[in-house]
Amino acid sequence: MVANPKMNERENILGRIREALSVPAPVPGAHSGEPPHAVSECEAATHIPEWLPRVGSTFEERLALFRTNAAELKADFVLLDSPEELIAKLREIAAAESWKKVATHSNALTDGACDALDLPVLRTDNGYDPRDMETCDAGISACDALIAQTGSVLVTSQSAGGRALSVLPPHHVVLARREQLLADLPAAFALLKTKYAPGYPSLISFITGPSRTGDIERILVLGAHGPKKLTILCV
Amino acid sequence: MTPAASQFKKNAIALTADLRHRALIRTALKKYEVVRDDKVSRFQNWQSARQSAAEIKWDAVNHLDAHLIEFARNLEARGTQVHWASNAAQAREIIIGIIQERKAHSIIKSKVMTGEEIHLNEALEKAGFDVVESDLGEYIVQLRHEPPYHFVFPAMHLTRGEISDLFSKELGTASTDSPEELTMIARRVLRDKYIAADIGISGANFGIAETGMISITENEGNARLTCALPKVHIALMGIEKVLPKLEDLALFLPMLATAGAGQVMTGYNTLYGGPRQPGEADGPEAFHVVLLDNNRTQLLADPEQRDALHCIRCGACLNVCPIYKNIGGHAYGATYQGPIGAVITPHLRGLQQWKHLSFASSLCGACTQTCPVKINLHHHLLQSRRNAIAQKPVWWEKPLFQGLAFLFNHAGLFSLGMKLGRIGQVFYPLVKGTRLDPASAWTKSRELPKIAPQTFREWWQTRK
Ligand code: SF4
Repeated sequence: MVANPKMNERENILGRIREALSVPAPVPGAHSGEPPHAVSECEAATHIPEWLPRVGSTFEERLALFRTNAAELKADFVLLDSPEELIAKLREIAAAESWKKVATHSNALTDGACDALDLPVLRTDNGYDPRDMETCDAGISACDALIAQTGSVLVTSQSAGGRALSVLPPHHVVLARREQLLADLPAAFALLKTKYAPGYPSLISFITGPSRTGDIERILVLGAHGPKKLTILCV
Repeated sequence: MTPAASQFKKNAIALTADLRHRALIRTALKKYEVVRDDKVSRFQNWQSARQSAAEIKWDAVNHLDAHLIEFARNLEARGTQVHWASNAAQAREIIIGIIQERKAHSIIKSKVMTGEEIHLNEALEKAGFDVVESDLGEYIVQLRHEPPYHFVFPAMHLTRGEISDLFSKELGTASTDSPEELTMIARRVLRDKYIAADIGISGANFGIAETGMISITENEGNARLTCALPKVHIALMGIEKVLPKLEDLALFLPMLATAGAGQVMTGYNTLYGGPRQPGEADGPEAFHVVLLDNNRTQLLADPEQRDALHCIRCGACLNVCPIYKNIGGHAYGATYQGPIGAVITPHLRGLQQWKHLSFASSLCGACTQTCPVKINLHHHLLQSRRNAIAQKPVWWEKPLFQGLAFLFNHAGLFSLGMKLGRIGQVFYPLVKGTRLDPASAWTKSRELPKIAPQTFREWWQTRK
């Protein structure tokens, strides 16, 4: 049937795959001749946390690890004791960098903080013009989690004001709560599942440090296309 | 010799003698092993991580049909259009079709190695579209009209001076020797392109069957912008990139970062599960995923080398390869350089045309040892040599070995041969280095060892 060539290619490809797979391959690490055995993915998956970099079990250990990772990544991490302190810190950064306009989205943490800045605010919630966001000095967003193991910030298009807010402005400020600090990557994926499945946001991103490149002589430069600075304020 | 083989030989000979070029690669890769080892040591057990990664990939590739069906079904359920392309021409046609249907003109691309494989840029330009690469390294090689030099570090072969000259010539900027300033020039130029572009084209590092998402790993944020601002996002992905479960990424993301560039995690690891969903602030109206075969099923049909489809394109095998370090990336003349390129190119583009790559190896095994998903790279090079010869034997090899067997089986003839060899050696300097030299391939760069004045048998006799 030539009626639907698109469907044909799907069938052609799947047909070639099935034909190819009719001859079994030796298991990974085995020498040829050994019979293949079905690898249990669940078995591999349950052990993953044991192979990955070590994370301590207490909150203090996780916090210390996140701090070390963030410093290594050249991200600023500040732990604050109250929402008032967070607002004060944000105002301090705004003054130091003489922000004129910021972009953000509506959220329990961002609302109060951004209102306190006394600056023009672009909110992404109901759509926005990217050229308008281009003129903002900072993007202020919430997040889903912080990951101690890697120093990453987990954001999604639902939790952090869409896709561009965390990459377009030159400074990305993340506002997080202490409870959001997770131990490791497996915990982060487990969180995504319980929080969103099956209606996942269209974008899920692990942000690890400010935008960077080493494409010129392998020398590290920050702010290749995304933010030059990443600040994580945690209450 | 095929054109690809003679080109390779010519390049390799010239580049091995080019000390400046070799020094450049060495500086670029000098720090790699140190930072990589540091990050490897943070794993509680890197070897077990490699074994798990190999097992997950084995499962993915050996049940590819089921995973692909699940992957496509889940993508489609969230409004993504999935296309299937058997070869490069079909993939180009599908992509150009989507762009034309949108009456779009300007395209921004983040790094797509499969795009290099199908010569997408040339096709898009020929169709009259404006295409700009947004990854800094890719942007630089695009301005130079060159293919990437390394599939992870595309502009590794250039100095800041050369890049500054390039920018001055192409963009009219003032010359500078600061990598920072050069990066900022590219940032300014490309910012406008993202906002103006109608179409964003990306690749995919992984496809997640369970949830119907693609995962893109990058450091610069250029893929994030490419997939955020244009109205249409097209992702081109090889069919072998599927992983069964979302949580498999908990292992693969840090391993890719560690093996690829000695990072704990790459700057941005992003999953895309569809176009803009109801209630979201931004994102493309349409999301297309183009699945590309282009002879991957051919490689799948070889159970012995099937594990080459486990590759996560981290580039680690290039970084440790003594051949790559001497001849660099362009000499290969293939989309995928280094050991993995030498293994898969004969499958993707023809064994007889590309078998020379399997011979360009010292078989030291550094690639196999470093590969995060345990691909048996150097053994595959040996198998390709065997397959190439079995398919097309060299006519003089068999009579040569038959002759030798005859000689070794006749003691008298053998000792006569030894004597003649010693006599011949006296006259050898007369032909050495001339066209008559039977050992010219060897003596071009080395001395021929002297035959011992006495054979073992002669010595044994004197001993009695
Ligand atoms: S073959 Fe292994 S080491 Fe080489 S690029 Fe692929 S995954 Fe990395």
